[in-house]
Amino acid sequence: MSKFKKKGDGGTPAISTASLPDIVFMLLFFFMVVTVMRDTSLKVQNILPFADQVEKLDKKNLIMYIYAGKPSPRYQETYGTEARIQLNDKYASVNEVQQFIKEERQSKREELRDKLTTALKVDKETNMGLVSDIKQELRKVEALKINYTTKEGEATLNLE
Amino acid sequence: MAKRSAPEVNAGSMADIAFLLLIFFLVTTTIETDSGITRKLPPIDDEQEDPPPLKERNIFIVLVNASGELFVEDERMEFQDLRQSAIDFLDNGGGQGDEACDYCQGAKDPKSSDNPVKAVISLQNDRKTEYGRYIAVQNELVAAYNELRDREANRLYNTDFTDMEAAFNDPEYQGDKDKLKERIGVIKELFPQKLSEAEPKKRN
Repeated sequence: MSKFKKKGDGGTPAISTASLPDIVFMLLFFFMVVTVMRDTSLKVQNILPFADQVEKLDKKNLIMYIYAGKPSPRYQETYGTEARIQLNDKYASVNEVQQFIKEERQSKREELRDKLTTALKVDKETNMGLVSDIKQELRKVEALKINYTTKEGEATLNLE
Repeated sequence: MAKRSAPEVNAGSMADIAFLLLIFFLVTTTIETDSGITRKLPPIDDEQEDPPPLKERNIFIVLVNASGELFVEDERMEFQDLRQSAIDFLDNGGGQGDEACDYCQGAKDPKSSDNPVKAVISLQNDRKTEYGRYIAVQNELVAAYNELRDREANRLYNTDFTDMEAAFNDPEYQGDKDKLKERIGVIKELFPQKLSEAEPKKRN
């Protein structure tokens, strides 16, 4: 019976690489999904100070970012060089911080609300006055967990 | 003769294209984990009850003034010496009787703190102080606490306190988390981080 006769010519068949693109695409999608693109564009100068006694901030979705520093060079013509607060994508004044925190809280699920941390990304040349004002506002709205975001390095680097 | 099959479209280069995209995403996206000094702000008390009186010797006043100079207990100090002097203060253990501290290794100076549990570091700054300096000072003070906590953790459990905390915060940690939490609690009780950040004052 020649029905099941092998029709090949006897050589070993080439290993199919057809599934390779699928694997690579899977990796590609994985990276596309897990990486978070920065959704805020910085409008302030943001050179973070150094510290070495740091804790890592995991759980990105439970962090509220407050930026502060003097406006970046291209905005300095309009806004001057006085240090400012940036919330989301725009400059804000100190009394808008409370509203911002409340809105951020609203957008999270209820059981996660008290786990929110506020990350202060403040330029190292900023005066403490502004930082204290922010801290005072955070206390008023009871967002007590804060994190001074820093770069990792010897603290003496700040003194130069 | 077998019939000629239609030629297959060569998909070999698809992998190359996908790799190119993959590498592009790998390079351009930075998985940035933010890290920093975590602190807790004191809540605002509505009814201003008087805080329990603190003895002068139990407070360690660190002041960073507008030009970034460091004053500890009203005396000028170099930045490099801050950590050690904070450790000396916290670890002094000069108390007697109830307030004695049996794990302190400090100088037991009656003019310095009684017990780490009672010792408070008060960090003060001017409105014009530069943020970078403030963070540097705060970093040193946290370092002082961590150093002492590490020492105690090594004495009691043969491990670093900072390692224990890192393990505790690691979601993939395999060991017994409750035990770890308890141990961290014990160390924190020995050296509680009483670092008060006062609201800035105008100083002349």
